[in-house]
Amino acid sequence: MNHAIRRMGVVILVLMLALLININVQQVLLAEQTRDRPGNQRTVLQEYSRERGPIMIGTDPVAKSVPSSGQYKFKREYTDGPQNVPATGFYSALYGATGIERTENGVLAGTGDMFLMSRIQQLITGRQAKGGAVQLTLNGQAQQAAYNGLGSSVGSVTAIEPSTGAILALASSPSFDPNKLASHNLSEVQKYYEKISADPNKPMLNRPLAQTIPPGSTFKLVTTAAALESGEYTPSSSLPGPASMRLPESDSRLPNWNGQACGSNNKVTLTEALAISCNTAFAYLGMELGNDALNAQAEKFGFGNSFAVPMQAATSRYPTGIDRAQQAMSAIGQFDVQATTMQMAQVGAAIGNGGVTMSPYLVKSVLGPDLQVMKTTAPNQYARALSNEHATQEMAMMVNVVNNGTGSNARIPGVAVGGKTGTAETGKGRPNIAWFVAVAPAVNPRVAVAVAIENAGGANEVSGNGLAAPIAREVIQAILQRSN
Amino acid sequence: MSTAVSASSSTKASTSSADNSWMTGNRRNVELVLLIFAGLIGLYAYANVDLALRGSLPVNLLAVIAVVTVLFGSAHIAVRIWAPDADPLLLPAATLLNLLGLAMIHRLDVAASIAAARNDSPQPSADVAAQLTWAGVAIVLFIGIILVVQDHRRLQRYTYTCMVAGVVLLLLPLVPGLGTTVNGANLWVRLGPLSFQPSELAKILLTIFFAGYLVVHRNSLALVHKKFLGIGFPRGRDLGPILVAWLLSLAILVFQRDLGTALMFFGLFVTLLYVATQRRSWLVIGAALFAFGALLGYLAFGHVRIRFEVWLDTWSYANDQGYQIAQSLFGLANGGLLGTGWGQGYPQMVPFAKTDFITAALGEELGVTGFMAIIVLYGIIIERGLRTALACRDPFGKLLAVGFSTVLALQVFVVIGGVTRLIPLTGLTTPFLSYGGSALVANWMMIALLLRISDRARKPLPAGAEYVKGAGA
Repeated sequence: MNHAIRRMGVVILVLMLALLININVQQVLLAEQTRDRPGNQRTVLQEYSRERGPIMIGTDPVAKSVPSSGQYKFKREYTDGPQNVPATGFYSALYGATGIERTENGVLAGTGDMFLMSRIQQLITGRQAKGGAVQLTLNGQAQQAAYNGLGSSVGSVTAIEPSTGAILALASSPSFDPNKLASHNLSEVQKYYEKISADPNKPMLNRPLAQTIPPGSTFKLVTTAAALESGEYTPSSSLPGPASMRLPESDSRLPNWNGQACGSNNKVTLTEALAISCNTAFAYLGMELGNDALNAQAEKFGFGNSFAVPMQAATSRYPTGIDRAQQAMSAIGQFDVQATTMQMAQVGAAIGNGGVTMSPYLVKSVLGPDLQVMKTTAPNQYARALSNEHATQEMAMMVNVVNNGTGSNARIPGVAVGGKTGTAETGKGRPNIAWFVAVAPAVNPRVAVAVAIENAGGANEVSGNGLAAPIAREVIQAILQRSN
Repeated sequence: MSTAVSASSSTKASTSSADNSWMTGNRRNVELVLLIFAGLIGLYAYANVDLALRGSLPVNLLAVIAVVTVLFGSAHIAVRIWAPDADPLLLPAATLLNLLGLAMIHRLDVAASIAAARNDSPQPSADVAAQLTWAGVAIVLFIGIILVVQDHRRLQRYTYTCMVAGVVLLLLPLVPGLGTTVNGANLWVRLGPLSFQPSELAKILLTIFFAGYLVVHRNSLALVHKKFLGIGFPRGRDLGPILVAWLLSLAILVFQRDLGTALMFFGLFVTLLYVATQRRSWLVIGAALFAFGALLGYLAFGHVRIRFEVWLDTWSYANDQGYQIAQSLFGLANGGLLGTGWGQGYPQMVPFAKTDFITAALGEELGVTGFMAIIVLYGIIIERGLRTALACRDPFGKLLAVGFSTVLALQVFVVIGGVTRLIPLTGLTTPFLSYGGSALVANWMMIALLLRISDRARKPLPAGAEYVKGAGA
């Protein structure tokens, strides 16, 4: 029998070896792949067992981890959640992370490469692993002014520091409460998520960064820049400005928003055309300058590029391959021109910044668990959009819009504010979008802001001034106040 | 394994009776040292769970140390007195597994208690207390067997008694009012507050029956009728026993819906048939019948089919029928190479973590390193069992030892293979580790019988007795 017993021994040895090999495959070779599979709650639990670093505006944490008694050791808490969520994003056990919570996860969780030393230190001292902090470029007062200004309307606000590209305000309305998604009561989290997902006003859409809409007359700032840069026009150049014009190769006519001619003898200067937002004059300019010039100008302001702020923003677009009628429409920000409010704020910022477009960014600095600065974002020059001289000229034209033109609601006593109103049509039967782009103060501007109100009804040019300009003014005041 | 075995038997053959004292007294001391080592590992694990989860040592640590010392210490003393020549590794290896199982059950108890406190629900009773009580019962029976079964050959007298008792035990869950269905399988019997798994005790009785029966009938079963592809096949009428065993296994599958137990019994019978007759044809016939049975099961039963499909494509079923195995794999992946450490993983997320999936829990917290150590511990017990069979001088003892080793090997392979997705999942308890009294008691009884057989096998022959090479083979 011993022969057979030895054989059985070999068979059993093979079975045991198969078990040993298989557990090595499962626990070592396939481990990474298995960990990343959807539905693996452990990965989230693991992250919740660490104290995640805060996201800060200035020195105030707006997202922080607080100890929790439940299954998860820490709970994420957001201060003014709905107001700040376009920047912070949310961190949910059920739905993962968005915004800074996602893009800066390596810092916040303390797993990024730059945390290697502190991780080793923590391993030796046995202290609880702790994540680093992210300091945002946002200005708390400006952020609040932007969000409160939007109120119950559907829209967005972006404010940028012209000299650096630092994003000072980023607001979206309607918004949602990230605290309700970070809750540990998963069934309520799911209920809330499903509710806001089904909302037709899309509260989870990060409007200032992720939504492109027609910029309307605020795009005339780009057309003006292209006109000045062409060398053919100066602010005092005379342009035709009839009450309406027939579009080439088309039966339709393009009217001015108030149905009136823009000046006596149907003539108007470029400065005056911008101040009263003369459609016919700019449509004429668009056809004269040509599509390539307008497209090139738009791209120098940032159109056609997706900026990582570090969240990837939607790409604003100027249409290509269009006929002359479409060129005329595009020059006034209609037809297929699409822009985020961040893009339009960039346009204002570049004009204010002596013609230089800066890359927008949201992370001011990265701090270690001990709140020592580990990395500071350096401003990055993206492109020169127009010469310093032309920028100064266009800035003066924008101030004229506020002081003598359609943008009267942006006036601030004692401050030279430049601005441009806009109203975009989004299609028959759909509400117009009211826009306002502002830069202030005129010399060494500290802020450029773009506001878009999407549910402006059957608004006309007045509504950009009426609905959007006051919000821009509040944001500017919040920024200027801080220094005073 | 086989080379080590032959080396040892040749040593044994050349050892004269004069200097064989190393085999007796010293071996018991080896056992004691290993046992202390096992005890320290187990108690360290127990303390570590509380340190990790509650930040303090368990309040009853001293009491637990005392109970564990008394329990396994008395098992050692019983072996020292009544089976002094027995194998020194079986007891420490089984003890270590038992203690690791207790520590993990305790760990899951603590997790359940913390969860209950969080939800303001009543505190669950600690399963580890019940399991420790069962370990006590198991050790008492262990000592009883060491004491009462002086000679394992006497068990041969009860061959048919064991058969009747074993089959009755297997059928017990089908008696209306007695059987209860747990997780879709009818393999539990409930008597008042007590419930037990009769198949666990039946595996000992049926091993005794198979060994006793085959010792008597092996000559006729070894007869070659026809040769085919170089393998001699038996006569048609000798196919009776294997067909009966096959039908019995199918019956378990059909009526109790228990794939694991069916597989274990059939595998055991075929192995013993092969060892008893040395005819490879029985393995071929057994494999063919198994394949046919598996095919029948696949075609006839939805639950067998689902298990198979979940095995092939676990991740598509990760939220329904494959939830358990997916959770198990998540846990194993989380453990990685070195494991999360006691109390620091999430083994409570795997369903049935205390029973069928306890190795997944251990794999998560001890890592692949600890998991491999556990499999090696089983390997040691099995190898020691086979070694005992080789050294045993009577054919009945040989078959019994091979039988016990095979049962253990099959059970370990089927359950760990299932939990780690090597093979389709079938429900079986993990020997010594899983929560459950009847299994623990049965496995300790098996260890006692193996020690008994090895004591006799390793006992130096009385002066004048002739050592016959290959005796009993």
